[in-house]
Amino acid sequence: MSGTDRVIYMDNNATTMVAPEVLETMLPYFSELYGNPSSMHTFGGQVGKAVSDARGRIAELINADPEEIIFTSCGTESDSTAILAALQAQPEKRHIVTTRVEHPAVKNLCSSLDSLTGHKHRVTELPVESDGTIDLQRFEDSLEDETAIASVMWANNETGVIFPIEEMAKIAKSRGVFFHTDAVQAVGKIPIDLARVPVDFLSISGHKLHAPKGVGVLYVRKRTPFVPFLIGGHQEHGRRGGTENVASIIGLGKACELAARHLVKENTTVRALRDKLEKGLLAKIPNALLNGHKTARLPNTANISFEYVEGEAILLHMDRYGICASSGSACTSGSLEPSHVLRAMGVPFTAAHGSIRYSLSVYNNEDEVDFVLEKMPGIIANLRAMSPFWQSR
Amino acid sequence: MWDYTDKVKEHFLNPRNVGEIEKPDGVGEVGSLACGDALKLTFKLDAAKDKIIDAKFKTFGCASAIASSSALTEMIKGLSLEEAAKITNEDIANYLGSLPKEKMHCSVMGREALEAAIANYRGIALPMAEGEVVCECFGVTDLEIRRAIQESNLRTVEEVTNFTKAGGGCGKCHDRIMELISEVRKTGKPQLIPMSGPKRLTNIQKIKMIEDVFERTVRPTLKKDGGDVELIDVDGDYVIVSLRGSCASCTKSQTTLKEYIEKKLREQVLDTLIVEESKV
Repeated sequence: MSGTDRVIYMDNNATTMVAPEVLETMLPYFSELYGNPSSMHTFGGQVGKAVSDARGRIAELINADPEEIIFTSCGTESDSTAILAALQAQPEKRHIVTTRVEHPAVKNLCSSLDSLTGHKHRVTELPVESDGTIDLQRFEDSLEDETAIASVMWANNETGVIFPIEEMAKIAKSRGVFFHTDAVQAVGKIPIDLARVPVDFLSISGHKLHAPKGVGVLYVRKRTPFVPFLIGGHQEHGRRGGTENVASIIGLGKACELAARHLVKENTTVRALRDKLEKGLLAKIPNALLNGHKTARLPNTANISFEYVEGEAILLHMDRYGICASSGSACTSGSLEPSHVLRAMGVPFTAAHGSIRYSLSVYNNEDEVDFVLEKMPGIIANLRAMSPFWQSR
Repeated sequence: MWDYTDKVKEHFLNPRNVGEIEKPDGVGEVGSLACGDALKLTFKLDAAKDKIIDAKFKTFGCASAIASSSALTEMIKGLSLEEAAKITNEDIANYLGSLPKEKMHCSVMGREALEAAIANYRGIALPMAEGEVVCECFGVTDLEIRRAIQESNLRTVEEVTNFTKAGGGCGKCHDRIMELISEVRKTGKPQLIPMSGPKRLTNIQKIKMIEDVFERTVRPTLKKDGGDVELIDVDGDYVIVSLRGSCASCTKSQTTLKEYIEKKLREQVLDTLIVEESKV
């Protein structure tokens, strides 16, 4: 439907552009360097060395030990592996603590555990406040002797709200409960130091930080009991069978190196662009509301509801100008109900259906923000003019 | 991204007939903010009250909801009410080329708004609001579900959800929807829709409906005993009748009048009606 060739990409929480440097690093591994990293010969061995270097770079970004890095195929596999490993390692414990705003990779796994494992599990889904934040006391109170694992995302994909993972991991540790965090949206956007934050498991997805789709990481802290999810060869020290996705792993290594370098920029330049966009939209458009905490939020994400209009219609009008974003409306969620995250926050239906998530990256610039600020008021006014709920305002 | 036809995109980006007609002849409002789509349809008839000369819409919803509304207003202009009443959701979808199956409920919303607007003009109540609420999440009744199953030949819960939204929330009603599918598909025809008290009837409409009840129910019963009844006049809520045959001389004629005829009319036409015997 795009009437222009210009693409203004503000949907980086959905996926990101593969950084040109990342692609360049990967290319030889599709052609001349095709060896198997497990091989005994030098030809394959040099590939093994490159995989090992990538592992080091990823570990460096989150201040972990390279041995604690397991390559997977995606964030979802990492989440499943962590939660199922904790359950299998402690068969006597069948209680899980998570939140109402988790990504489907955790949420739907937890609700499928009974049929998947043949055992009855109890899942506590912690509620969130209206600004998307969580009550630490409530988290502490939810932990039981029976609790096998707590799984709480580091930052929310829809609102960007950041949870106090350091405090939560410490509470879990003090109670002897394993702690997993889906950090897919956080890694590369905010500093993460696993020497300070005692999580046992942490999930990363390559394509959210300018590496390609199809590669992920599960961090497993040393001495954490572990049961593999994919059983096969000796790859990843027997913790994840299957020949490595070599080129993508090497790309992810490069992406982590770039992310470490861009971390300051994410929190200054990108944050400033996001703030300009957010303030501008809220000022220029009546009945526009910010979803999520004002400050405890990823520097790149702005989730704004435009009351009395519907998200898909907004997105398709934006698409005409080449502006890419996402919505939490029912029509875009693939179901008939609006985003479970916004509903958990108690965002009224008048606003939930008209929510738009803008997620920026270091590849955005001020011209793009200005262009979006120029186009959005007209789009919203146009749709409100035909909304039966707007006339009475 | 949805696979919309060019016609859907075109109607979405350049919707026809957006707005509200002042002093419309008929108004239909369906959907809600909670459900994520809503449509307000207004139309105007010509001086003879025969043809729709103008139609406008206001829609809150996605691209296909807006396109369906736009298409609907274009389709009904120039039609008589009888012709317009025959438009189905499939007609709306066909007008737009097609709709993604998950979006068929947008065309159903169009048809429902049209029905509501016509019912509003005619001063009769919409039967669809009656019945048992099957889907609590979206407030869909068994009558709406049965009709969709029948009209669009639906076979699965998923299809019913695509067309009516029923079952698209918590999923607790899936078993009931399955039952409805097997019921409707077994009998092959929709269940009779009980009409409950229509409001704001014109006198002519009232007379037609009363005569209908007399023909279908009252006369056949009275005739069994050699009696009969004739409608003399309708004045507001007063229905003036004349009892004939054996009824005319029957000592229980007042009972027949009040306990039987009045009761039937109140059930099937309007619950405020008062039946009286003609003194002439």
